Amino acid sequence: MSTILQRRQARAAWLFVGPALALVTAFFLVPVLGGLALSLTDFDLYAIGAPGTARWVGLRNYAEALRNPVFWQAARNTLYFVLVGGPLSVAVSLAAALLLNARTVRLRGLFRTIYFAPVVTMLVSVAIVWRYLLHPRYGLINHGLEAVGLPGVDWLGDPHWAMPAIVLLSVWKNFGYNMLIFLAGLGSIPGELYEAAAIDGASAARRFRHITLPGLAPVFLFVGVTTMIGNFQLFAEPYVMTQGGPLGATRTLMLLTYEEGFRWWRMGVASALAALLLLITLAGALAQTRLKGGRW
Amino acid sequence: MRRRDVDTAVRHAALTFGAAIALMPLLWMVSASFMAPGEASTLPLRALPRRPTLEHYATLFTRLDLARHFLNSVVVTLAATLGSLLVTSLAGYGFAKLRFRGRDAMFRALALALVVPGQVGMLPLFLLLRELGLVNSYLGAMLPFFGSVYAIFLIRQYALSVPDDLLDAARIDGAGELRIFATIVLPLIKPILVTLAAYTFMAAWNDFLWPLIILSDSAKYTLPVALASLVGEHVQDTELMMAGAVVTVLPALGVFLAIQRHYVRGIMAGSVKG
Repeated sequence: MSTILQRRQARAAWLFVGPALALVTAFFLVPVLGGLALSLTDFDLYAIGAPGTARWVGLRNYAEALRNPVFWQAARNTLYFVLVGGPLSVAVSLAAALLLNARTVRLRGLFRTIYFAPVVTMLVSVAIVWRYLLHPRYGLINHGLEAVGLPGVDWLGDPHWAMPAIVLLSVWKNFGYNMLIFLAGLGSIPGELYEAAAIDGASAARRFRHITLPGLAPVFLFVGVTTMIGNFQLFAEPYVMTQGGPLGATRTLMLLTYEEGFRWWRMGVASALAALLLLITLAGALAQTRLKGGRW
Repeated sequence: MRRRDVDTAVRHAALTFGAAIALMPLLWMVSASFMAPGEASTLPLRALPRRPTLEHYATLFTRLDLARHFLNSVVVTLAATLGSLLVTSLAGYGFAKLRFRGRDAMFRALALALVVPGQVGMLPLFLLLRELGLVNSYLGAMLPFFGSVYAIFLIRQYALSVPDDLLDAARIDGAGELRIFATIVLPLIKPILVTLAAYTFMAAWNDFLWPLIILSDSAKYTLPVALASLVGEHVQDTELMMAGAVVTVLPALGVFLAIQRHYVRGIMAGSVKG
């Protein structure tokens, strides 16, 4: 190809990638970096009217956050959701995928659609529905528990049970998504491996341990990391169901950031919280990648 | 019974139990939305309304003006989807097929953004849009969707399979790059565009945090924001809130059932190469 054509193509290329690069820079890159800068200032309600009044305060916002018991409570709540809710959700997704992934299953498409339906529901709406399902007297969940002889629980009113209740909702809402990814992963494991193992007399448990699990390793890494990143951002469920209560038991780092930034307009403090959350999220994702020995 | 039959029976029982749990909250939502005020909070619990009523739906669309929020959501969601498709399909193809300096380095930098959750930048983004006068505007609500790095990534992967010979032949015939894109490339990458359209539509329709931040005038609220503010005032009105939930959940479910194939493919495509 001649150099004239090449040059013309290079010029045209900017027309193609230019708008996207400009948008990503203006509305993603600059805000993320700007957030780091903002976290080093005392930007507050007054500064919104007159940005010149904001001053550099160094790492003061970070130091204050780390001294504040509310921050640590929110960090604990967030970690609980990540470490309990995440694995539970992945386990349910895997179980559903394994159940569906047999040639003998009838109405497979129907089951798959039903399991996936909660994923496409609006989070705010189903959080409201679950608020009523979890009602101590009139909620279906307590009635179900009592029907099998278990005591009912004041789910959203008891600080010990509020976070588990949110985990339940989130597992119900999200497991269908990872289930699909596991199904795709299961489908990519060559059938000959299973046939060969069956001929050699390997039990179902051994086939699962030595063929299915290794075959799914890359999928586990992907599902684990994306689920974790998403779970660190937990916000709408506690916002709608508990407003962070009772006694702060469901206040997550994201909810705390929102309250500081958009309720009290302490944007410097909120930016420091957001930066800390990003740091924890990246550390978690990295740790998981290293742990599972994968490349990202 | 043979062992295999037992296995199949247990498997179907488990699948049916799972399906019941997946559907139960949605079925109860629909049923309670037709109950008379207070009926859902009466013991013993009823599975179905004694005398089905449409009064909550009437209240939603008259006194509470939910149609307005529905329309807000439709406008923001459609514009976000179309704008995102336009911007990201151009960029995805550009990164895949056009030769220019710094292309690969730029793309790698872009891919880094995949692991940074966008929420981190929401405070400065709010201040930025405030300077631009876009707070409390539909444009402000849809802007973050336009430059989706995830979408650029998926489209690039897909566009890599477009044969170079085809493009070069068109160039030698004198076709401009935009024309090549519109007449040759777009038809070839249509499957991934349909998938992304479905995906973006769902994400924008269900998005809560950003519209909550950027829309301050209640007349401009999208559905999730309107519903969340409604539950503050009407927390005792179980049946009314269930009707509100039905109105917001069923359209997305309907759209999903119609485009299920494409949506599912998108999730699987994203997982093959994260």
